[in-house]
Amino acid sequence: MVITISHYLVLAAVLFSLSVAGIFINRKNVILLLMCIELMLLAVNFNFIAFSRMLGDEVGQVFVFFILTVAAAEAAIGLAILVVLFRTRQSINVDELDALKG
Amino acid sequence: MITSLLFYALSSILVLAALGVIATRNPVHSALFLVLSFVQSAMLWLLLEAEFLAVVLVLVYVGAVMVLFLFVVMMLDINEEALKEGFTRYLPIGVLVALVLVLEIVYVVWYSSQNLLTGIVPEPYPPGYSNTQALGNILYTEHVYAFELAAVILLLAIVAAITLTMRRRPGLKVQNVAQQVSVKREDRVRLVKVEPSQDS
Repeated sequence: MVITISHYLVLAAVLFSLSVAGIFINRKNVILLLMCIELMLLAVNFNFIAFSRMLGDEVGQVFVFFILTVAAAEAAIGLAILVVLFRTRQSINVDELDALKG
Repeated sequence: MITSLLFYALSSILVLAALGVIATRNPVHSALFLVLSFVQSAMLWLLLEAEFLAVVLVLVYVGAVMVLFLFVVMMLDINEEALKEGFTRYLPIGVLVALVLVLEIVYVVWYSSQNLLTGIVPEPYPPGYSNTQALGNILYTEHVYAFELAAVILLLAIVAAITLTMRRRPGLKVQNVAQQVSVKREDRVRLVKVEPSQDS
């Protein structure tokens, strides 16, 4: 019973699929969509770190560092947009955000 | 042996926490489950000997990003019943897509690449190895431009978040400092020529 790189990759795959399912299930609530995106990025980071360990190369971990930076910026801007949206529409339901008629 | 036990315990808690994120009815509970999954992932990254990133994940994500999420969730007055009404309708297709995705990736990772990946056990680093030092050595030399770009992206996020959420209320009495500073003598002082009176 030895833990190999594949164990980590399978774990990341399960995590990623759970967040994809979360996006399907909670498609009305923008906050939960943002949380599912964070969970997806976490799964991707798992893959990067596992492959970085497998190859013995730290550049994969540097990539994870940058992904964390961009994800933090994305969360800050997304939540700011969400606050402005709620202030103007009094709702965060995705179905009611049809002003663009897309 | 202890590593395997730790891996299975941490990863099962992680998967359960991720299930909690997508399945609970209350968004506050979802955010707290997301905190739990981040902490479990940080521990798993410690098992992979990525110590610096594990610490950064706890500090930045649990400490900053998830607190921001909790603030926003608690600040907004959300009608939860309206947001949950499609839950059972979209449950089958969500489960189906997730199952297909998991089966495909597990097939590729676990069965198709038997000799490539499954045999590799990450061997522990030598005792004097410092993960933080190794990361810093390449982050500040080879990837210094990307590092500065990341700093610019963070600055952009600060400016964007502040400008988006700042609002001007009408009818508020405030000082206009620029106007106060740029005032000239001619705007304030008026010289009046006073004629001396003739009768005395």
